Amino acid sequence: MYAQMIKSEASQEDPEALKAFQDRIDAGSKIEPKDWMPEGYRKTLIRQIGQHAHSEIVGQLPEGNWISRAPTLERKAILLAKVQDEAGHGLYLYCAAETLGVSRDQLTRDLLSGKMKYSSIFNYPTLTWADMGAVGWLVDGAAIMNQVPLQRTSYGPYARAMVRICKEESFHQRQGFDIMMKMANGTDAQRRMAQDALNRFWYPSLMMFGPSDKESVHSEQSMAWKIKMNTNDELRQKFVDQTAPQAEYLGLTVPDEHLKFNEESGHYDFSEPDWDEFFQVLKGNGPCNTERLAARNKAWDDGRWVREGLLAHAKKKRNAAIAAE
Amino acid sequence: MTKDLFEFCCRMGDNTLVLGQRVSEWCGVAPVIEEDIALANMGLDLIGQTQLWLGLAGETEGQGRDADRLAFHRDVWDFRNVLLVEQPNGDFGQTLMRQFLFDAWHLEMLKALQSASHDQIAAIAEKSTKEVTYHLERSSDTVIGLGDGTEESHARMQAALDLLWPYAGEMFTADAVDKAIAEQGIAPDPASLRPAYDARLAEVLGEATLVRPVDDFAHQGGKTGVRHTEHLGHMLSSMQFLQRAYPDASW
Repeated sequence: MYAQMIKSEASQEDPEALKAFQDRIDAGSKIEPKDWMPEGYRKTLIRQIGQHAHSEIVGQLPEGNWISRAPTLERKAILLAKVQDEAGHGLYLYCAAETLGVSRDQLTRDLLSGKMKYSSIFNYPTLTWADMGAVGWLVDGAAIMNQVPLQRTSYGPYARAMVRICKEESFHQRQGFDIMMKMANGTDAQRRMAQDALNRFWYPSLMMFGPSDKESVHSEQSMAWKIKMNTNDELRQKFVDQTAPQAEYLGLTVPDEHLKFNEESGHYDFSEPDWDEFFQVLKGNGPCNTERLAARNKAWDDGRWVREGLLAHAKKKRNAAIAAE
Repeated sequence: MTKDLFEFCCRMGDNTLVLGQRVSEWCGVAPVIEEDIALANMGLDLIGQTQLWLGLAGETEGQGRDADRLAFHRDVWDFRNVLLVEQPNGDFGQTLMRQFLFDAWHLEMLKALQSASHDQIAAIAEKSTKEVTYHLERSSDTVIGLGDGTEESHARMQAALDLLWPYAGEMFTADAVDKAIAEQGIAPDPASLRPAYDARLAEVLGEATLVRPVDDFAHQGGKTGVRHTEHLGHMLSSMQFLQRAYPDASW
């Protein structure tokens, strides 16, 4: 889940208009950019899509960290293509957000100033090559859990962006699992890397779904608006149910002594992640928060002259074309 | 002949490998998302071409070395890329100027290789030409846009050209390997590519309002492997880290 803890806004509009809007959503119609929508719906969506877009952009960094050290030409190409996909996802999510009346530049400024968040998972470091496997398998796996239902979300442009993103994400997840298989069945050192990656990424992946909905005051409105399709706990359970047998297949141990299949419920029982750690990371105290934001700020600042130069050239050309007419 | 052919394939493949590696260093930190995507795209093409060239090199050599073995288990002195492509990225202007200076040569070379007397080489050249045509179009446009942009972008692009120009000439030098390969009808005499290259440069630099340096002095030693710059060793030490640290592993 690339959008966490989205605060939804209450709407103060005319109750009749709100009811008509809700009826449309309940009837399953899509809301399009030019349709009337409550301000709260618009603001919540901007926050959610923006955060998702930021996550794709910042998410390039932990994986980009291993492109130059990928162990084979093929692995290098696959990783490069994956990170390129993420930049593409960021781009069309920013476009989806723009249909709601906010510019990409404004969203970028809000990311760089720390006003807007990105998924806390990207504040964890990637330390060995097995982390490229774990990120694909677990992080993309968790993202897919959230994004597949969002293909049916009420806002048309967001739903359509999700259709494309989901296709690519499931490809990424398979590639990640493929790396994990290779590592888990490799030398002792490779197995150790694989287990270590699982140890470090398991709980942060569970955190990606956000705290329990019992604590979340924002979920209800978002669910009524079909911006949020499932509760955090539902998705987390689904993720554990899917992932635990995969870990077993790999011969790796999930770092949770309470993880156990419950015959009665038909689901796995598991331990909650350390939510204090989650809130610390959200506050800016994760292992890589400072570096990630600094890297994005540096890229933006260093690139200023390029953006200005290309813009100036485009203007000159436009003016010349007008003069020639 | 086998040795010359091996050498030639390494030269082509090491150029694309080293430049592809450099370009991919930009991942996630380009000036705008569109550039992130475009640079990754170029990096992907170059790594793909590397697999073909070094694959053919290994096949030609017949010692059981495949493309990965060649990419990850040779030291600096066995690399045969021109010095230009191993130069550090510098700012975005240097990266794009390096790309343009290389693309303009690369495209001419590939076009000539399409009629090589060696089928596999002709096939690789044909596939690569499509990709590199696009690379050159993009790098030309960017050099023009930034050269003829703001005062700052112009100054940076001129500085990039001045810095990299001494590394352009090596692409047109010939040694015994080039001569042998040319005699076989495989590759053109490198010097024969210069007029088209110069014409392209004059056109793009003119539109970019940039001035080609007067002095055509050319550093050499990359394509022969005699003397690389200090930068290559650092690149290889990270690129080859896993293969070197865990030689018994398969990935």
